[in-house]
Amino acid sequence: MTRPLLLSGGRVIDPRRGFDQPADVLIQDGKIAAVKAGLGAPDGADVRDVRGHVVAPGLVDVHVHLREPGNEDVETIATGARAAAAGGFSAVCAMPNTDPVTDNQAAVGFIVRQSARAGLTRVYPIGAISVGQRGERLSEFGEMVGAGAVAVSDDGRPVVSSHLMRTALEYARTFEIPVADHCEEPTLASGGVMHEGLVSTRLGLKGIPAAAEEIMVQRDILLAELTGGHVHLCHVSTRGSVELIRRAKQQGIRVTAEVTPHHLTLTDQACETYDTHAKMSPPLREAADIAALRQGLKEGVIDCVASDHAPHAYDAKEAAFDDAPFGIIGLETAFGVVHTELVLNGGLTLPELIARMSSAPAAAFRLPGGTLQPGAVADVVVLDTTTRWSVDPATLRSKSRNTPFAGRTLTGRAALTLVGGTIVHELEAAPGR
Amino acid sequence: MTAALGKDLVGLERLSPDQIRLILDTAEPFKEVSERPIKKVPALRGKTIVNLFFEASTRTRISFEFAEKRLSADTVNVAASGSAVQKGETLVDTARNLEAMRIDMVVIRHPSSGAAAFLGDRIRSNVVNAGDGKHEHPTQALLDLLTIRDKHGKIAGLKVCLVGDVLHSRVARSNIWGLSKLGAEVGVCGPDTLMPRGIEELGVCRFRRIEEAIEWADVLNVLRLQLERMEMGFIPSVREYYRVFGVTLERLEKAPRPLTIMHPGPMNRGVEIDSRVADGPHSVILDQVTNGVAVRMAVLYLLAGGRPELADAAKRGAE
Repeated sequence: MTRPLLLSGGRVIDPRRGFDQPADVLIQDGKIAAVKAGLGAPDGADVRDVRGHVVAPGLVDVHVHLREPGNEDVETIATGARAAAAGGFSAVCAMPNTDPVTDNQAAVGFIVRQSARAGLTRVYPIGAISVGQRGERLSEFGEMVGAGAVAVSDDGRPVVSSHLMRTALEYARTFEIPVADHCEEPTLASGGVMHEGLVSTRLGLKGIPAAAEEIMVQRDILLAELTGGHVHLCHVSTRGSVELIRRAKQQGIRVTAEVTPHHLTLTDQACETYDTHAKMSPPLREAADIAALRQGLKEGVIDCVASDHAPHAYDAKEAAFDDAPFGIIGLETAFGVVHTELVLNGGLTLPELIARMSSAPAAAFRLPGGTLQPGAVADVVVLDTTTRWSVDPATLRSKSRNTPFAGRTLTGRAALTLVGGTIVHELEAAPGR
Repeated sequence: MTAALGKDLVGLERLSPDQIRLILDTAEPFKEVSERPIKKVPALRGKTIVNLFFEASTRTRISFEFAEKRLSADTVNVAASGSAVQKGETLVDTARNLEAMRIDMVVIRHPSSGAAAFLGDRIRSNVVNAGDGKHEHPTQALLDLLTIRDKHGKIAGLKVCLVGDVLHSRVARSNIWGLSKLGAEVGVCGPDTLMPRGIEELGVCRFRRIEEAIEWADVLNVLRLQLERMEMGFIPSVREYYRVFGVTLERLEKAPRPLTIMHPGPMNRGVEIDSRVADGPHSVILDQVTNGVAVRMAVLYLLAGGRPELADAAKRGAE
């Protein structure tokens, strides 16, 4: 029996129940025991004064790359889970593009065990759609789900074959898991390193047109309609995609979608100095795309924010733009970036943001957590939404440093992160200490 | 000492009109050096310059090498093939190793856009961009500007059309910046498959028919059509390209006035340009090559800290 924990006097936001008021949160035996104003502390309870802070369901990130197995120099499940905890996440879903690919029950089980061993943020494996992510033969979804996989995806590689995508959506229905797709038509995107537009023209870099994403978004929507399967669209980046998803949802097609903090806040102009920290897939788009993505997120057309945390060695990014790998890290900056740019600077309310980062992603991937309902698992985050902090890559918990937000001043970060009632992250100047 | 151009010459987009004029004016006295029996001035004596070529190049590399030698610099040529680059060494490591040998300047040609700026930001030596990917080829545009100025006595007010594969052309991008900054009107002509997105937003006139471009322009700068573009599906065939976009004598004869014909080389005769045009009376293609050496001498001299007013003196060997 662990000590009961009382989070006292915070603003409690539980989007799933529409709850937003000052209250105490009592945590006992790894579960939410009570949420109510004026709760007394049971004997021996650990009481934390969280007045001035926000208590919310632990954040959930359905799209991260933790590089283990295969590239432990840049991240491991333990360091990734540590970074996630620091970012306020109590659960993350790890993409299967590891080496070897997470495409069978043994590989899925390895991630589950490494996550348990780290004992920090929960790391849920996503299995590969196809064996070796080669886009040919379906992986064994049933066995992977049995071993702990929560979804399937060939992320990093688009599913080129429409037939494979169709069968994946159909087969996944048995196990009630989403099929997550990285939407990119490969012949249009071939060789591209940034968004196709005026900036790519000036820089002489090969562009990736918005249509390369939208063609596949529409294809996946049509296949979801055809099969009744659940398609989850990874890191949506264009205004056209938002419109296609809006229409699909109006028709009741089972589609969910995510957007990254960087696609919500940065444009292709970040590539201006050939800064390889602005190189990601899909590429950073234009101001009009940002506006549409923000509107889509507000309306719920886009269900959730996901970081697409993609660690790379510092010297891999220290290269000419064409030669650098795609991707940036994001677990530790995700909440701060979106809170600063979308909540404080207009557009989104704090309860909306918390919904998009906890209850909505948990619902999309059918994960436990995402709520402070009494009886639910005590995955909780205490957010300091007022203190300004500066992103210093050297102090990040991730093993990698590839962030375009270095030096940015952000407002909002996790003060305390709980997983199953256990504290997995606590900011040094933590509340009530 | 940092000269009037800054530390590096990465592209013309970053230069002011005055800086571009300074280079062209500084090139004038250097032209004469190459006409002398002893083609050498001591301006860069004791300086070490590395020509770092990650892409095949004949004309540009030789032109730089002549420019360096005629300024009395010590030069080393490094080609990507047969060097550490082929063994997997990164660009940064190559540069740092060169710099560890205490050099003064690097002239770089690289297949990746932005490579010259990348290098310039990481080493103390001056960096001269000799062509980076599809980004810029500033010395080519400078020699084009000098050649136009020689031929027409001015640049401002002229209409210059770049013909062909603008999409993949660093020469085109540098020319667009240089010509616009000096007050010329710039046109581009070619099929849409070979035009980059948003090119009109750079302030250029867009022509889809070569006949219209010829009617409009005072100068045609005919870009090389790389033959692999056909294999990549940008055009159906070289034969049709020549039929539709080739700069032919018949088309030029219909022009209201004679057009100056330029080509950055190497030419594909009978693909983008008619031999009779390339060898004709209005072609300045070989003048471009001659001016290339003078322009590169001027760039190296200015980057090394040479003062423009001393260029004349340097030429006389009296520095």
